[in-house]
Parts: sequence; C-alpha cells; structure tokens
Amino acid sequence: MLSANLSAVFYLISGVLFILALRGLSSPETSRQGNFFGILGMIIAVTVTFLSIGNFSTGLVVVLIFLLIGGLIGAFIAYKIPMTAMPELVAGFHSLVGLAAVFVAIAAFLNPEAFNLGSPGNIKLGSLIEMSIGAAVGAITFSGSIIAFLKLQGIMSGSPITFKGQHPLNALILISIIIITYLLCSTQSSNLFWILLAISFLIGFLLIIPIGGADMPVVISMLNSYSGWAAAGIGFTLENTALIITGALVGSSGAILSYIMCKGMNRSFFNVILGGFGATEQSASAQNKEQKPVKSGNADDAAFLMKNASSVIIVPGYGMAVAQAQHALREMVDTLKKNDIKVSYAIHPVAGRMPGHMNVLLAEANVPYDEVFELEEINNDFANADVAFVIGANDVTNPVAKTDPQSPIYGMPVLDVEKCKSVLFVKRSLSPGYAGIDNDLFYKENTLMLFADAKKMTEDITKNL
Amino acid sequence: MEIDPFIFRLSIFILSIFIGYYVVWSVTPSLHTPLMSVTNAISSVIIVGAIIAGLAGNSDTIFNTSSIFGFLAISLASINIFGGFLVTQRMLAMYKKKKKDK
Repeated sequence: MLSANLSAVFYLISGVLFILALRGLSSPETSRQGNFFGILGMIIAVTVTFLSIGNFSTGLVVVLIFLLIGGLIGAFIAYKIPMTAMPELVAGFHSLVGLAAVFVAIAAFLNPEAFNLGSPGNIKLGSLIEMSIGAAVGAITFSGSIIAFLKLQGIMSGSPITFKGQHPLNALILISIIIITYLLCSTQSSNLFWILLAISFLIGFLLIIPIGGADMPVVISMLNSYSGWAAAGIGFTLENTALIITGALVGSSGAILSYIMCKGMNRSFFNVILGGFGATEQSASAQNKEQKPVKSGNADDAAFLMKNASSVIIVPGYGMAVAQAQHALREMVDTLKKNDIKVSYAIHPVAGRMPGHMNVLLAEANVPYDEVFELEEINNDFANADVAFVIGANDVTNPVAKTDPQSPIYGMPVLDVEKCKSVLFVKRSLSPGYAGIDNDLFYKENTLMLFADAKKMTEDITKNL
Repeated sequence: MEIDPFIFRLSIFILSIFIGYYVVWSVTPSLHTPLMSVTNAISSVIIVGAIIAGLAGNSDTIFNTSSIFGFLAISLASINIFGGFLVTQRMLAMYKKKKKDK
C-alpha cells in the first residue's frame, strides 16, 4: 500500500503531465508528444489509485472488467467516428464526464467512509459543499451536453426553443439550487441531495434548449468548461491534486474557447446564453430577397477563371463538411498547384461547428497545415489574390458585417472575400446561412455563383482544369 | 493556528487556473478541436474517485449501492479516457507539413 504522501506526489506528477499535454498543442510538431504525456499522466494516476487503496480482493476484478468495457467502447468509437462528426463526439464525451462526476458524488455521499469524509448523515461540512457543487455542475454538464448532442446530430431541431417566462424560470431554479445546497449542508438530508441532482439536470436542459444551431461552437466550449469545473469540485471532495489541477485546466480552457468563439461572432457571452438568436431574424430577411440580379456559372467558367489566376484563396465552411467535399477540394488544389497557381486556405474562427473543426477536416484530406491560415493572418491577402473560392461558407464572408450597423452580424470579423478580383461561391441555393440574413456578396459584380453540391462541383472543376 | 489543508488545495486550484489560462492561449487555433478532445480525456481522471468507490466494499459486499455507482462511473470515464486520447491521436497524426520537394 502506497503512503498518502507518496501517492499525493504521484498525483502531482500526473497533474504536471496534463499541463504538458496541453502545452504540446502549441504547435502540430509537439502535439503528438503532448498527447503521449497526457496518456502517461493518466496511467500514473490510475495505477497510483489502485496501489494506494491496496485492496486486491474480488472487487478489483469487477473494477477491471468495467474499465475494460468502457475502454473497448471508447476505442471502438475513436476509430470509427468520421471527422465530420467530431462536434457530436465531443458533446457526447462531455456528457459522460458530467455523468461520471455525478455518479462519483453519489457514491461519496452514500459511502463517505471510503473517501475519508466522515459517516453517512455526518459528512464533513467542507466536503459536503464541494460534493454538492461537483454533483450539481456535473448534472448540468450532463443534461446540457445531451441536448447539444441531439441538436448537432439533427435528432433535435437546431432552432432555438423559447417560451414565455424562460429567463425568470431559469433564475428561479438557479436560486433554488443555492438554497437547496445550503439546506443540504445544514441538514445532511439525502432527500435534498436527490432533489439537488434532479433540478440540476433540469436546469442544464433548460439552459441549452434556447440556444440555436449557429451558436453550437460556443455551447460546446462552454460545456467543456463546465465539465472541468465539475471535475475540480470532485477533486476538492477527494482531496486529489491531479483532479484539482485538471479541473482548473479544463475549466479555463473551455472558458477561453467560449470567449474566442463569441469574439468570432461579435456577440457577448450573455447574449449567446440567453439564446433565441436566428429564429427572429429569419422572417425579417425573407422579404427582400430574389429581386437583385445574380451571375451564375458552371464548372467550366470556374475552371477558366482559376486557370488564369496566379493565386487562389479557398474559404471553407461547414457546408464543405456536410457535402464531404474536403477530399475533392484537395484534388482540385493539387491540379491548380501543378499549373503553378499559389493556393492557400482561409479559416474563420467560427467556421464549422466547433473550434478548429475545419482545420481537422482539411488535415484529414492531407492538406498541409502550413497552407492553412487564420483570419488575421490572411485577411490582407485577399486584395492581392485573383480568385476566392468560397465553399460551404456564408455568413463569415458577408460584407454587411462591415457596412450595415442594422445587421445582426454587424461588427463580426469577416473574411474580406469581396476584395478579390473574382469570387467563386459554391452554394446550393441563395438561401441565407445560419444567421438568417442575406449575403450581399451574392450580388456583387465580381461574384460568380456556382449552384451545385459542393463535392460534385469541385470534382467537375477539376475535370475542366 | 494551523492552516486548513483546504487552503492549500485552493491555492493549487487558483494557480492551475492561471496556468491553464496561459497554456491554452498559446494553443494554435488550428489545434482547437484536438484541444477539446484531449481536455475531455484528461478531465476523466475523475476515474480515480470512481475506482475508490468501486473498491470500497469488502469481499462480502462488492455490490452495494455506492460501489455500483462507482463501477458505472468507471465505465463512463474509461470510455472518455480511451476514446478521448485515441481520437486525439488519430487527429494529430493527420496534421502534416508541406513536403519539402514542392
């Protein structure tokens, strides 16, 4: 059996390894090593836990069986999941972290002796507070992530669900969570503990339903953050350094990603949380459409334009992922490069449905990561480029964000696509994007609309090059 | 008067938030998706609590309510650990630099 001090040192080591795991992600070259550090940290933490308990009875076999079952399921999912489905996967994983936190809190509440927290009905006050926070945040993470998952999967409609009195109701529930936690700590009543869990599940559900599909990048990041705080809460209960460090890391990571995503959409965090975006705008924009003239072309025209260009910038968006066009796109780019045309990719912070989603999809299609640029890096290059090829993106190129203060997306940083000599816009129809507003770019003199499925169009262009 | 050990844990917690803040800002935006999947995997270190709960019973009472919740939490967390690290590995393996001969 490992002494408490020695195991605490090992937990600290695994916490440090987790920090290094995140540090490795500062560049793709060091990232694989970082992931290795993370795995090592996890192995140390789990091994130390087994050694410090020192109970190698039949219980151990059962523990290992459950570990193996989970591991096999996890490994199976990890190998099978298509890269386009990463947002759903991450949302699903968040829900599991949340539920695991809830279960650990329940186990600790029912059997506090095992965790050195006192006896049932007489749990140390500090531990009980920490446990309640961990359990409540875990429950919110769980039910919130389930809703996010269902929305991303398309099982549930992506449009926001709002009803009268929603915000007062949510506020009421949040206040009652605090009151119940207080009562729970003073009475140690197990009924209150179950009630606390139940209303936490409920509020997680209520908090996410009003948030629209376009805001999913923020929601996923936010739930990422919650799962971290839940882990930290449990870490305090268990007095476990590895868990406290990890919880803090993950919590701040998710918070930063939410901030980056909000900034990418020029919306305040509260605006996103309160929800309802998208539904109200759609009806307003539907009226002044289809009157303006649009130039549309076919694959032949597009190929001609690109063949005569010397530099092309590709602007991918979620539509590319839906059409699974990333491989076809890379083939087109290969052909362009053979003709000595310079090609780069421009990625908006909120392109795709989660932070960095487009980069993963392009990497999957073997696009070298040093040809892929972020908004700030490449935005000035549009003025010098001959052709911008917009595939599956829409709102993130809309010049209205710079010109019309009335527009709901005014002030959002956008890619200056219109500054290119010509713009090729692959889209299925003129319908507005997620934000529900018309894109002025469609009607510009130098824009050529290519109405087709993104994948098919890209393949046709390649044939014509 | 002695300092409550809680204060030490709180110090670790607060300092880790700061470390997290600076480390995460240095993560390149193109790796934000792997960042999310790896944070998912490491937050599942919550499995240590699940293991403690699962192993708490003695040989007569392996399955009491508390340890059953522990066992379930072990499975949930290990789905995340294996799934999270492996999918991150899979993603990171795809990030390649431009070939030099081009």
